[in-house]
Amino acid sequence: MNKVIKIILSTFIGFTNALFGAGGGLIAVPIFKSEGLTQKEAQASAISVILPLTIITTAIYLYRGYFNITDALGYIPFGIVGSLVGPLLIKRIPDKILRKIFALFMIYSGINMIMR
Amino acid sequence: MDLYVIISSFIAGLLSSMGFGGGSVLIIYLVNFLDLPQKQTQGINLLFFIPCAIISVISYKKQKMLDFRRTLPVTAFAVIGAVFGFIALSYIPTHLLSSFFGGGLLIFGLTELFRKSRVKGSRGSGNHRR
Repeated sequence: MNKVIKIILSTFIGFTNALFGAGGGLIAVPIFKSEGLTQKEAQASAISVILPLTIITTAIYLYRGYFNITDALGYIPFGIVGSLVGPLLIKRIPDKILRKIFALFMIYSGINMIMR
Repeated sequence: MDLYVIISSFIAGLLSSMGFGGGSVLIIYLVNFLDLPQKQTQGINLLFFIPCAIISVISYKKQKMLDFRRTLPVTAFAVIGAVFGFIALSYIPTHLLSSFFGGGLLIFGLTELFRKSRVKGSRGSGNHRR
């Protein structure tokens, strides 16, 4: 994957995140894999890319009144618990299997998007 | 706290912290159980992701699975893309774009699913670059 394609795809990550509120991570993982990262490292890196984007998008959604912070608060405590487990769990899943799971996830997200 | 909330938010946190955030479990719960409007569910899911991602990033950094020097350029361009995305929001019919994007994801996912594992990458757990 040459630099120009990487730049375009990276831009696209943010573009889709702004438009759909999600989906950017699915583009980020292949970019990092093309740089030689393992499936796990690529998925971890994708999260770190999506984080600042999500902060921006969330701020704008709040500003535009699409939702309120209080709507989301109830889900956060156990979400945090889950997030503590995830990074530890993912280390135990072999990359080969992880890749297939991620592929299934892409398919599922793709179908979801088409049906919007 | 509602048991459904506990379970759905736990699973959502688990999955998104492993990198499976896009088609979040939480949105499924919000749409099917609570029947909230789309933008609201998206917003809730977005806000939910932030603490989950912060914790994940800290954990991955500790496990040395993350290199900010690598992620920074991608992040920078992504932010630029987000600016364009927000401008485009007012002009582009998103349902058209989502069909294209969804189609692309579908195709890519299918090829990944049926791709034979290359010998180079099929040994080892993949926890670290060799």
